[in-house]
Amino acid sequence: MSKRTLELELATPGLDAEGRPARVPLTAAGEPDLGEEHMLVNMGPQHPATHGVLRLVVELDGETVVRCIPHLGYLHSGFEKLGEYRHYNQIIPLTDRTDYLSPMSNNVGFALAAEKLMGIESTPRCTVLRVIACEMSRIISHMVWLGTTSIDLGAFTPFLWAFQEREKIYDLQEMWTGARLTTSLTRVGGLLADIPDGFVEKLRDFTRTFPKTLGEIDRVLTRNAVWAGRTQGVGVLTAEQAINQSLSGPMLRASGVAYDLRKDKPYLGYETYDFDVIVGEHGDVFDRYLVRLEECHQSNHILKQALDRLPDGPINVDDPRVILPSKTRAMTDMEAMIFHFKQVMEGVKAPVGEAYVGIENPKGELGTYLVSDGTAKPVRWRIRPPSFINLSALPKMAEGHLLSDLIAINASVDIVMGEVDR
Amino acid sequence: MTGLPPIPGALRTAVARDGETVVYVARERLLEAMRWLKDTPGQQFNYLVDVTAVEYRDRERPLEVVYFLRSLERRADIRIKVELNPAEELVVDSVYSLWRGADWLEREVFDMFGITFRGHPDLRRILMWETYAEGYPLRKSFPLRGRFSRAEQVRQALNANPEAHYSMEELSIAEAGGDLPDDMRDRLRRGERGVIPEPPNP
Repeated sequence: MSKRTLELELATPGLDAEGRPARVPLTAAGEPDLGEEHMLVNMGPQHPATHGVLRLVVELDGETVVRCIPHLGYLHSGFEKLGEYRHYNQIIPLTDRTDYLSPMSNNVGFALAAEKLMGIESTPRCTVLRVIACEMSRIISHMVWLGTTSIDLGAFTPFLWAFQEREKIYDLQEMWTGARLTTSLTRVGGLLADIPDGFVEKLRDFTRTFPKTLGEIDRVLTRNAVWAGRTQGVGVLTAEQAINQSLSGPMLRASGVAYDLRKDKPYLGYETYDFDVIVGEHGDVFDRYLVRLEECHQSNHILKQALDRLPDGPINVDDPRVILPSKTRAMTDMEAMIFHFKQVMEGVKAPVGEAYVGIENPKGELGTYLVSDGTAKPVRWRIRPPSFINLSALPKMAEGHLLSDLIAINASVDIVMGEVDR
Repeated sequence: MTGLPPIPGALRTAVARDGETVVYVARERLLEAMRWLKDTPGQQFNYLVDVTAVEYRDRERPLEVVYFLRSLERRADIRIKVELNPAEELVVDSVYSLWRGADWLEREVFDMFGITFRGHPDLRRILMWETYAEGYPLRKSFPLRGRFSRAEQVRQALNANPEAHYSMEELSIAEAGGDLPDDMRDRLRRGERGVIPEPPNP
């Protein structure tokens, strides 16, 4: 008995008809004859390369993926159901916890939808500050993506550089909101707080040094033979497929579809900023990397413009129906106290109707659909989760690739399970 | 009053508070309407943004299945709604044949509202597990903390068989018959899938 059959015996338990251990027969060349037999490999939910509690059941023919079946729901928290029992401003902390890699951007998305529903227009200063919040979120989200993807594919250094930059933005978030992750930045009609002293200078410093890090990452990865070999031509989606799969964000643009909500359905005055929509050509993992890397440059560019034009003025709309009066006024002025009481006890009431606002989140189109029946709590709060919908293309992309490519493809989708499962 | 748009099966239109046009379409003609919107020159709504459903607190009002469509060429949006009577069977045609993106979106609506999409190739629960037996979480008749008591939920979680987290389809790929415990083999033989209870009558 050769050594090889011994190993195979251990690897293939089970008995044949005579009660002896079953063996995989060898071909004439001495190779094990696996024939048409497929293997089922379970990956996750506890697996570092699935980026969260995603579970993939993969049917393999040798090392080639025949079929990939994702299983979701390990992080399902029922946010949409919870939202039906909460006032509009009480929902904002829930939005932090959906896409927790870009919480500020989610806060803005929800506030915009609620304001659309109530017919409120935010103040100029608030609008520019929200743009700053969104672009800061885009940078940290793309940095996490870059770091984790490079580590998945064996490059450790860019991970450290990317997380160092992310840390700087987290410090800024902490300065502004008091929290690094659960920012709850927005309120219906305004913001939690104005930016503190020294914030603008610190953010300016960041915008000056950040492109240097991006340049370093670019130098280490873009022309790196290993990186290119692992990513080019892997997980290709054509423009037509990407549209048919309802993909959005960098996933859609990497396939060559120039659609960016900031340009094509502008909100927060994005039409007045100068930036480019980054479009890929081949729709593979490498192009998704290039699109995200270049989007960081564009976000940095937008941040500079926003800081230059940041106007003075109030951050909250002058509407006592939605914005709490100051503590001093609530204590001294009868009318202000009544508004304070009504808002705290009854919440902000929205008129009957529905509104949908889609914003260009780092991961794609984050839609917020609110339906109101005239009370202070929405009848339905629907999040259009970009990474959930982008992930639905994974089985199609993975088919026919190697198991190791599945890691690269899954990483390129840029999922965050908090949002996929909600 | 403006006239109805030339969408097949259009019943009435409304304007949402965000300025978007909402078109209510007859349930029987939904697929026809969607195909018309997707393929007709001048419409070209080639992108399915989202599929969701709404149930109102007023139990008399019908459930709505909402489709958000977008034309990437024309940079235009439209919202299509289908009304379902909660007293009848909640069935609507699947648009999977037009947009692959509808796959998981429709599964989620099925999972959360119990609306069946006729013609969907793989209509299983997606966020809740296949054997989840408490009903459909986003229905208004579903209590916030679930239908079962906390003790019952814990009991079920502790008794859960990890193998049950593979679907029957996956186990049949593995052809793992010989290695499986007897009860699993029985389930395979029966072709059992998770049993999803009927929604209770409101």
